[in-house]
Amino acid sequence: MSDFSFWIILKNLIWATQWTVYLSLIAFVGGGIVGLILLFLRTSQVKWLEVPTKLYIEFFQGTPLLMQLFLFFFGVALFGIEVSPWMAAGLALTLWTSAFLTEIWRGCVEAIPKGQWEASGSLAMSYIEQMRYVILPQAMRIAIAPTVGFSVQVIKGTALASIIGFVELTKAGTMLNNATFRPFLVYALVALIYFCLCFPLSWFAKRLEGKLNVAR
Amino acid sequence: MTYHLEFSALLPYWQDLAWGLWFTVVLTVVSTVAGIAVGTLGASARSFGPPWLSGLVRVYVELIRNTPFIVQLFFIFFGLPALGLKLSETTAAFIAMVVNLGAYSTEIIRAGIDAVPKGHIEAGVSLAMTRLEVLRYIVLRQAFAKIYPALSSQIVIVMLGSAVVSQISAPDLTYAANFIQSRNFRAFEVYFVVALIYLVLSILLRYLLRLIGDRFVRVG
Repeated sequence: MSDFSFWIILKNLIWATQWTVYLSLIAFVGGGIVGLILLFLRTSQVKWLEVPTKLYIEFFQGTPLLMQLFLFFFGVALFGIEVSPWMAAGLALTLWTSAFLTEIWRGCVEAIPKGQWEASGSLAMSYIEQMRYVILPQAMRIAIAPTVGFSVQVIKGTALASIIGFVELTKAGTMLNNATFRPFLVYALVALIYFCLCFPLSWFAKRLEGKLNVAR
Repeated sequence: MTYHLEFSALLPYWQDLAWGLWFTVVLTVVSTVAGIAVGTLGASARSFGPPWLSGLVRVYVELIRNTPFIVQLFFIFFGLPALGLKLSETTAAFIAMVVNLGAYSTEIIRAGIDAVPKGHIEAGVSLAMTRLEVLRYIVLRQAFAKIYPALSSQIVIVMLGSAVVSQISAPDLTYAANFIQSRNFRAFEVYFVVALIYLVLSILLRYLLRLIGDRFVRVG
């Protein structure tokens, strides 16, 4: 009997893992797109574009992700807009991810020698062209390792979506625990599945970092 | 239907917020100090300990760094009682925070130790310093100076992450927000104000850590 329920728990947890994966992908891809736009604004050297971007990043990096989820889920609903856990979680995680990715990528852009900017500027390239053809292709090389590393934070961040009722791995764990009263087993399995998702990425990020250091 | 913001609905609950804030601050300070202590021991064991200990520390670090904090918290609070280790929600929150920061700071401090040139250690040994003295005065001192910024930002991240302890009813700032929200149904106002409090807290914490760094952690 106990063997039987072990397999049922594991099966359900693995089934729920797909939602963790989907949510992570949405947050990561969405956050990447928003982050790239913000990166352009943040490094534009135009003050009225830079300052709001800075404030945006400060807000999302300086407040708990949990608060951001609550603000989207409970807060926005009060204005008469129906918010599903899907939408709130996807949106909050996307914006949160974008803030961090922008900062990571800004560091990479700033690591590109100033001469590159000056040279491309003296070729009459516009700011967008400079970024597109000169700066970003070089910055991308340095950005890959920390970006992969941050994807681990995104996966772990999706666990908080469980609190607003989004059924992913952590929420499934809570529900299964309520049904089976085997918290030790359930949460150990949940942790193990997260580990299996995150560890390869961490390992890969570390390897990329090492590779890059050798190349320099 | 239009909704009117009503921030004054928070005023009767200022004491709840203050107590929650106090809990969050104490939780952060205690787990920072204890977590860095764990990290220092862990990093020393990882770099200079026997292989079995070094391996054990590595497993601890990787397990914690690759699982969400909320799962660690639930495991400690809900899972451990099944083994007969029953913890109050406050104790569980403190333990989870220390375990979490301990793992991250182990990894950060280890990176600092790795960056200390081997010649410095050999020089220390040749001056007849004991292993502990070399570790204390040569290795860790330089390691901390190098990794202090990374450690600082990890402390801020952990402080923000502490919002999750509200989920096991540890009475922190987020718990206070949930409580107030359940009383006056002003969810947006409450969470907005509390988010701003966290924002101020993280700015102050960063500032404070910089002051401490300038005062006590110097290179050379």
